[in-house]
Amino acid sequence: MELDLFIRYGPALLSGFGITVLCWIVGSLGGMGLGFLIACLYQWSGSWGRACLQAYIEAVRGTPFMIQLFILYYGGPSFGLLLSPVQAGIFGFIIYGSPYFAEIFRAGFQAVPTGQFEAARCCGMTEWTIVRRIVLPQMLVSITAPLTNFMIILTKETAILSVVTVPELLFETQTMAAETFTYIEPFLALSLFYWAMVEFTSWLGRRVERHVTRHQNRQTP
Amino acid sequence: MDFSFQVISHNFPYLVSAARWTILISFLGMLVGLLLGIGICAARLSHHGWLRRAAALYISFFRGVPLLVQLLAFFYILPYAGVNLPATVAAFLSIGMCSAAYNAEILRGSLQAISPGQREAADALGIPPLALWRRILVPQALRIGLPSHINELILLVKVSSLASVVGIGELTRVAQNITGQTYRPLEIYMATAVIYFVINALIAWGGRRLERRLGVGQR
Repeated sequence: MELDLFIRYGPALLSGFGITVLCWIVGSLGGMGLGFLIACLYQWSGSWGRACLQAYIEAVRGTPFMIQLFILYYGGPSFGLLLSPVQAGIFGFIIYGSPYFAEIFRAGFQAVPTGQFEAARCCGMTEWTIVRRIVLPQMLVSITAPLTNFMIILTKETAILSVVTVPELLFETQTMAAETFTYIEPFLALSLFYWAMVEFTSWLGRRVERHVTRHQNRQTP
Repeated sequence: MDFSFQVISHNFPYLVSAARWTILISFLGMLVGLLLGIGICAARLSHHGWLRRAAALYISFFRGVPLLVQLLAFFYILPYAGVNLPATVAAFLSIGMCSAAYNAEILRGSLQAISPGQREAADALGIPPLALWRRILVPQALRIGLPSHINELILLVKVSSLASVVGIGELTRVAQNITGQTYRPLEIYMATAVIYFVINALIAWGGRRLERRLGVGQR
């Protein structure tokens, strides 16, 4: 084990980690937003709209992330979409994550009884107010765990971005391994970074879960 | 933009024959994952504390490290240790070892659905632990967890595309090679996506049939 390797390659690994975190956060928040939009559209559209959304969900869920990235990054220029690797990575993440997030949100919508929607409409609430004040607070209780779960899955999917030359953590690690002919040290560092990310996400998930379920633990006066 | 169907039709046979490797790797990976997963699940629930801890460590490691990293480590670090496996074997073993962690957790969930009375009855009848697992617990758990296992298999089909990075000639790799020859990434990768989609749709359809056949969720 040569520790001075870490001093020499530390900055590269850290910048790779930064790009991993950037792609992960922007990509998964974007995916969450798009997924929420899809779930909302699904909730309020007719059978044709639903069929289209379902087709999108199935198509994205049925194909590997790597192929989606290849279509975006290598196939994109064929229809005038020129992306830098990091842009392609982030867009790919948004598209890849959106159907999974949409399904999680859809399950959340279904957990709210239809009677509440009807009652809220009778009170004269707009659809957006219903989502914001009635559906979301209840939905968050049941979807925080699956959301955290999927965020953790996405932390690991960032490794695939290295294949389209995004200079993220795995890419930098492979460079380090190739330049120094060491394999144990780079992969050890890599595992520690990913482990830290996963632990952080699950810690955050637990905190959010405690926050959204606080009404259940409140002592009755 | 000129989308050429001719490129697709010309190269489609190569893609389809490469898809056989994708299917082979993912199915063998699932087999390894199930067999190993049963063992790990048994270790996770054993009476020995050290076995339980070892199984928990295995699960958290293989679920916590990206599969691409596992594959690369398998390919670069094993030869270091003097183990030289054929690339395809290393690929499905590595995928199987990762899937074992997930399958073990699915099985653990399914086992909780089996009433403890069965275990007690088996104990009372003097059935040895191995037979208890092989003849009573595992068949029922596999049936209860079937939808999740099918899910896992679909994930493995998609994940097997990662094996292209270490140079195995499966679907994604062959698509990359054809792209290198034809400079038609959009057409070739679209066709590849369609093939993956068809494989997954077939597995999902087969899984639903199997579920109906075994009566999952009707008891």
